[in-house]
Amino acid sequence: MSPTTVVVTGLGTTSPLGGDVDSTWEGMLAGRSGANRLEHDWAEQLPVRIAAEVAVEPAEVLDRVKARRMDRSAQFAVVAAQEAWTDAGLPGTELDPERLGVVIASGIGGVTTLLSNYDALLAKGPRRVSPLAVPMLMPNSPAANIGLLYGAQAGVHTPVSACASGNEAISLGIDMIRLGRADIVIVGGTEAAIHPLPMAAFANMMALSKRDDDPALVSRPWDLARDGFLLGEGAGVLVIESAEHASSRGARVYACVAGAGITADSHDIAQPDPAGRGGTRAIARALYDSKLAAGDIKHINAHATSTPQGDIAEGLMIHATLGDAADDVVVTSTKSMTGHLLGAAGALESIATIKALHHRQVPPTINLDDLDPAVELDIATSVRELPDGDIAALNNSFGFGGHNVAIAFTTV
Amino acid sequence: MATTEDIRSTLAEIVNDVAGIPAEDVQLDKSFTDDLDVDSLSMVEVVVEAEEKFDVKIPDDEVKNLKTVGDAVAFIERAQA
Repeated sequence: MSPTTVVVTGLGTTSPLGGDVDSTWEGMLAGRSGANRLEHDWAEQLPVRIAAEVAVEPAEVLDRVKARRMDRSAQFAVVAAQEAWTDAGLPGTELDPERLGVVIASGIGGVTTLLSNYDALLAKGPRRVSPLAVPMLMPNSPAANIGLLYGAQAGVHTPVSACASGNEAISLGIDMIRLGRADIVIVGGTEAAIHPLPMAAFANMMALSKRDDDPALVSRPWDLARDGFLLGEGAGVLVIESAEHASSRGARVYACVAGAGITADSHDIAQPDPAGRGGTRAIARALYDSKLAAGDIKHINAHATSTPQGDIAEGLMIHATLGDAADDVVVTSTKSMTGHLLGAAGALESIATIKALHHRQVPPTINLDDLDPAVELDIATSVRELPDGDIAALNNSFGFGGHNVAIAFTTV
Repeated sequence: MATTEDIRSTLAEIVNDVAGIPAEDVQLDKSFTDDLDVDSLSMVEVVVEAEEKFDVKIPDDEVKNLKTVGDAVAFIERAQA
């Protein structure tokens, strides 16, 4: 029996480029950077004072009382889910709640809630720790809030695999539909970690760029002057459903989410395997799972975070899996504009990949002034057109802990 | 010395901030759970805010007896006396 076809019917985001998909996509096509200098007092002492904060504060769009009961990461997720739900044409649709699932990932969870309550504990004592702290800080809180919002009863899950979390959520959502556990799954990732502690921690492990000049120049995947990633925040949410269910309700379909590959490096807790073997296996498994040939892939939204090692390793993975067909693939890293959204990265970049297939336009990688000679990829430095006909694209995500997830999408 | 009305109106502001209930609805005869829809976690937040605002202690054991806004106002008046 062939596996159930899974399609994408709704998209939503709040990102450093905009408060919704349209503004984010427009920003990507324009090659606009979402980076900004941090104006908070706490940023003064940090070794890194540039990040990519969301363009629209969630407090501007959410009900105040509901928002104060959610961590910032859950606020982002709910904003993105509301857009995706509406975009999928689901408001007012009668659904079986037992056939509706949620898989929303986070890399770090409610870290700002945890830390602000610790501040309150130290300053004013245990009585001042919020009774809402636990339901706010738990990493599954964004998923649970979305589940409550739409009455999802088929299962509400939160994979945690660092920067691969968002893609892992999409992969698990595909599984839920293929295994017959749900007809519709709200999938994606969220992250809100622009706070002095995680920033100091990432900076001290030499992961963040230390550039302190023009914020727009910080994230520069594959460029010789790259020196680490730009921390971003936000959420990406997709509504995926069985093709049969989407068809029965006459839903607009953006793309098929054709398959996924998940592997683990088993190499090091923080360093990627320099040969990229785990990532190579993830891409190969995504192709196998999707029944796609290397030549079907015409676009890759790369993980490429702007770190010296990782960007090179990903090039090796692409060549190892696609062979000569790699020459016909237009590669981009939208992280050059959004920064690295950690547990939301895979979700936001899957949205970018789907939009690229849907509009047959690949957004550019900005700041690629001097291509690292160790990288042999056709990287878009301006908007590039994709060919007509049935084509496929990949979105790669890799995370600390050695997690690798590649997702394959196809045009419809 | 704060009057009953002063305490009620300050408490109403806290309930509004925590639970979004319009301050004018927070009247002495209203039940926190049945009339104002203040859930148990929000009630803890209201109590802690009230302790700070009125400089009183409201023990956890006492909270279950504060069924109405009037109960809370009376408790605070006694505690301040």
